[in-house]
Amino acid sequence: MRTNRRQFIKISALGAGGLAAVTSTTSLGGSFLGIFDSADPGRDIDFKRTATYCEVCFWKCAAWTNVDKEGNIVKIIGNDDDPHCNGRLCPRGTGGVGMYNDSDRLKTPLIRVKGENGAEDTFREASWKEALDLIASKMKGIKEKYGAESFALLKHGSSGAHFEHLFKAYGSDTIGEPAYAQCRGPREQGFGATFGSWVGSPEPTDIRDTKCLVLIGSHIGENMHNTQVQELAEAIDKNVTIITVDPRLSTVASKSQHWLPIKPATDIALMLAWMHVIIYDELYDDKYIKKYTYGFDELKQHVKNYTPEWAYGITTIEPTVIRETARKMADAAPAVIIHPGRHVVWYGDDTQRERAMAILNGLLGSWGKRGGFYLKEKVKIPKYPQPAYPHPKWGWEEVSEDFPLAQMGLTNEIIRSSIPEENTKHKVKAWFVSGTNLPKSIPDTKNLEKALDSIEFLAVCDTMPMDVTGYADVVLPECTYLERYDKLRSATNREPSIALRAPAVKPKYNSKPSWWMAKKLGERLGLEAYFDYNDYSEVIDWQLRKLGSSLKEMKRLGVKKFDRTSGPLYIADGEDYEFATNTGKVELYSTELADLGFDPMPKYTAHPEPEQGFYRLIYGRAPMHTFSRTSNNPNLSELRDENKLWVNPKVAKLWSLKNDQKIYLKNQDGVVTTFPIKVRITERIRWDSIYMVHGFGNANKKLSRSYGKGASDTEMITNVMIDPIMGGTGMRGNFVTFIIDLKSVES
Amino acid sequence: MKEEIFISGRNLPHIDPHLELWHWPISLYLFLGGLAAGILFFAALVVLFRKEDKYIGAVKYATIIAPIAIGVGLLALLYDLSHVWYAWRLYVTIRLESPMSWGAWTLMVIMPISILWTLSYFKEYFPKWNWDFGLISYFDWVIDFLIYHRRILAWILVPATILLGIYTGILLSAFNARPLWNNPILGPLFLTSGLSTGAAAIILLSKSHAERRMFSMIDLVLIGTELFLITHMLMGMLAGSQVQHEASLLLLGGEFTVSFWVFVIILGLAFPAILEIFELVGFKVPAIIPALLVLLGGVMLRFIMVEAGQLTRYLY
Amino acid sequence: MRYAMAIDTKKCVGCSDCVVACQTENNVPEGFCRDWVTESVSGTYPQVEIELRSERCNHCEDAPCVRCCPTGASQIVDGGIVIVEHDECIGCGACIESCPYDARYVHPEGYVDKCTFCLHRVTEGLQPACVSVCPTKCMYFGDIDDPNSEISNMLKTRKQKTLAPEAGTNPHIFYLV
Repeated sequence: MRTNRRQFIKISALGAGGLAAVTSTTSLGGSFLGIFDSADPGRDIDFKRTATYCEVCFWKCAAWTNVDKEGNIVKIIGNDDDPHCNGRLCPRGTGGVGMYNDSDRLKTPLIRVKGENGAEDTFREASWKEALDLIASKMKGIKEKYGAESFALLKHGSSGAHFEHLFKAYGSDTIGEPAYAQCRGPREQGFGATFGSWVGSPEPTDIRDTKCLVLIGSHIGENMHNTQVQELAEAIDKNVTIITVDPRLSTVASKSQHWLPIKPATDIALMLAWMHVIIYDELYDDKYIKKYTYGFDELKQHVKNYTPEWAYGITTIEPTVIRETARKMADAAPAVIIHPGRHVVWYGDDTQRERAMAILNGLLGSWGKRGGFYLKEKVKIPKYPQPAYPHPKWGWEEVSEDFPLAQMGLTNEIIRSSIPEENTKHKVKAWFVSGTNLPKSIPDTKNLEKALDSIEFLAVCDTMPMDVTGYADVVLPECTYLERYDKLRSATNREPSIALRAPAVKPKYNSKPSWWMAKKLGERLGLEAYFDYNDYSEVIDWQLRKLGSSLKEMKRLGVKKFDRTSGPLYIADGEDYEFATNTGKVELYSTELADLGFDPMPKYTAHPEPEQGFYRLIYGRAPMHTFSRTSNNPNLSELRDENKLWVNPKVAKLWSLKNDQKIYLKNQDGVVTTFPIKVRITERIRWDSIYMVHGFGNANKKLSRSYGKGASDTEMITNVMIDPIMGGTGMRGNFVTFIIDLKSVES
Repeated sequence: MKEEIFISGRNLPHIDPHLELWHWPISLYLFLGGLAAGILFFAALVVLFRKEDKYIGAVKYATIIAPIAIGVGLLALLYDLSHVWYAWRLYVTIRLESPMSWGAWTLMVIMPISILWTLSYFKEYFPKWNWDFGLISYFDWVIDFLIYHRRILAWILVPATILLGIYTGILLSAFNARPLWNNPILGPLFLTSGLSTGAAAIILLSKSHAERRMFSMIDLVLIGTELFLITHMLMGMLAGSQVQHEASLLLLGGEFTVSFWVFVIILGLAFPAILEIFELVGFKVPAIIPALLVLLGGVMLRFIMVEAGQLTRYLY
Repeated sequence: MRYAMAIDTKKCVGCSDCVVACQTENNVPEGFCRDWVTESVSGTYPQVEIELRSERCNHCEDAPCVRCCPTGASQIVDGGIVIVEHDECIGCGACIESCPYDARYVHPEGYVDKCTFCLHRVTEGLQPACVSVCPTKCMYFGDIDDPNSEISNMLKTRKQKTLAPEAGTNPHIFYLV
């Protein structure tokens, strides 16, 4: 991947100078996953506990970091009082010690040095002063030449929040996170148009008390969102009806009473048929429909011809199964959940598919009901005193204006605005990336690289030498969540709560927290007023005092719960409740979409199918990984250090494939994966599709444990189907074939 | 299609994808232990039957090998131990349920006795030394003592060597987790094989034709017994539980079939037996050939059983 | 008092949290594991079933590893927990050869090691690390000699199986199926 300005730096060692010194903790060549002393495991009494919340994924479970007398982080245990985890962390949270111990971590700021006489570019180590001075001077330069708006921030996670504050103070609102347009955007808008409320994070699904859980492609169980899995287990204990619609036998599909092995890309047809059954067999609650919904008659007319027999021809799901499952859902109503899913950018009509899910929930009356969706609430954290942010001339809204319902920055549009040839109205000239590994999250790598080649400056802040750092002009080494303060966690849930993140140990090597980086950059840009504190703990203490607590108390508790102020958890029977929609009701017929000229009710569109010899690429999660964030983590890569390609035995026979055989993949546009992938022959996948876990196939040699292991599915996603409603990038319209002859690729 | 896979990345050294922890040190030790047992058994028997003048090779020459074989075997075992500085722990306790404990103590008994036995023949090994001079005269006293009490040594040796010979098989057969080993025939088989290799060693080192003839006849009987026991073992396993059936197939069509049948059955047992019959009938066959083949067969039997046995298991 | 574990395969999602928790709790060296997760798939698409099992040393009542240990390093302590005294182990490997479940391994420091049911936690009234962390709460640990314990109740009411019962070791890990 050679470009003119932004060459991907592939070398495994740095240019000049040795590595920064090791800290006081005993590092020992990576032979032990816990502490060095292999004698009797320590007793809990001997460990010092520090409150934190996990950053390995976005669920932010509150936990206690246990440190021994020598200062080593021994283990991380969940906080019993936390509604996000109930005292039990998932494998990634438990493996968080590996994030701290990983010797491949970024240790010192790096600055790109152009290669002379055609030699490759390299990185050289730099001091913090040098690196921050360089970034600040670029930020000033861009502001003078193009306006601060042209410096974009692409971010994710807690560190992103600090840089968002910096950028807004600097005058740029050109901010986006892949989590919206590359992940959950369609469901927020689909449910938003129906119920007037985003689904949000964590999802307000009342799985604990539900009687019927319907999953459309959602793979809870391999998707290890902590309390979702905990509540799923409780539901299994209670013998709750679980209906899973998935072309693959996911873990939860294997635990479902009904697994519907649907033909990929036909989910909307199935859901329209379900609507037909519920309406025409009169399985709905008439009183509820009359009181709380709008557009029932239009919907009834709309689904008149969408019979189960019609759906059978499209989805291959038998009509009796469609009727039986619809009946089960209706029997359980309102304690039924048609789960909105999480990563839902599939085919470009995803907002409409989410609308279908929302409509089903609306018909069954589950929103705001026990066993359906509870009414979530979060604690409002007081804003630390600062001047008002300046008003930029344009921001993410303007960049995303082609997509009327885009309610967060569209990363793909920001990227498109960085390419001069695209001739966009607004032009982006530089990027700051924090907490997201763009080559893995953004589809259409060639387009991404074009943008990377066009921008004048790229700064990356990360804990690990992820693939994205190979493109940077400046790399800032962030310390892990175990070594820093961050904003108080306040996420929506049944009970509002806050959680504290405090450092358990000093930052390792020469890494720093992102709040410090943001403050130091702000000072260089004359924005001291926005960073009126010396240490971030002052901000936290100030906020906690306003909430009736203190830093001292939170260090002792870790998590503090508050009483609800927005009202009860559920809507009472017959209560007058106004939904935040145009009509004040659950819009089965969406006035918002109609006004914008989109279909007010979902229609089924057939999507392209793979030609012979090609298979639809389906990707997903593994419960012990958060994609590339953890693929190099010593504790977690031990569990799984590569992804494998799931291939149906019939297909394997056709191609004479053997288990664990390495093959390359080539997609419909002729792109070949950089690394080969091993085959897993399994009955769990359809013969027209193949499946792999996302986040492997890392190309940066500095990731010693995960470099070259497995293949990157993102490389294969070159056909992007854009959702016209909110700009989401549908990724499941890509088909791959196999290259068995490894030498033909490697020569 | 059935799949049974680890999904948490388990890859324990020497255990995954299949057990391969014990290798040549164990096989070598089992062979040398059986060899020493066989040699000393015959030596003891010869002394007890008061035939030491007739069968000098058995009592005087072959027995030199015994302490060397045991010593090398013990060294191989120590080499194999992963926590070797704690090896002394073997001798502060005796565990009746553990065949390995029996073996440790039996060796503890046999090793010194075999050295004493060899020592008792020292004057005959080095007749030209001046046995009346200085320190050596003390030695002389010791050796005479030993010669006088040789019968007692023999009485101790008979049960001890049988124990040593059979324990090498019982050691393996006690592991019920390895279906190939877990049958009651293995103990007697290894004992018979050990005795057979002992007889072969005696034949090799013997200087008298009569002795070689005698031990060839004994060896022939032992080979016959071995073949019978192997047949019995394989038939029993074929008719046994599924894991045993599958385990026996390793030797009957699987990976180890060729080496087992060529090196153990044909070259190690059948062919030497035929040569010994020819010799007894009157044809001139250099006795060294069947003897070496029997020793080869003994080595290969141990190696194959140790390697193949670790491939067999109950699960997956 | 006999400690045992019951694991509900219907709830286990194969996340391997039990493996990571054990590693951090017991300082298991890299490349080794005291417990692991197995996936068993049977059938033909779309009639397919899977079973997920978290496996470890079964702390058998008739433990062949204890029986064949020449020094007595492998021993059964109060509660039926099978442990290895590191200072008495000579590393002969007999116990590894005798375990039908391949639950033991040779620790880099030379002695043989395996799951200890977190004896150091059990003696303080806590549960083993794997049981405490499991997000689906599918693992139950307790005294099967106590008729009122949670595990006794699970074993009374649920269909269950053990691994390789024909090996004759009387294992103490029960899989609820």
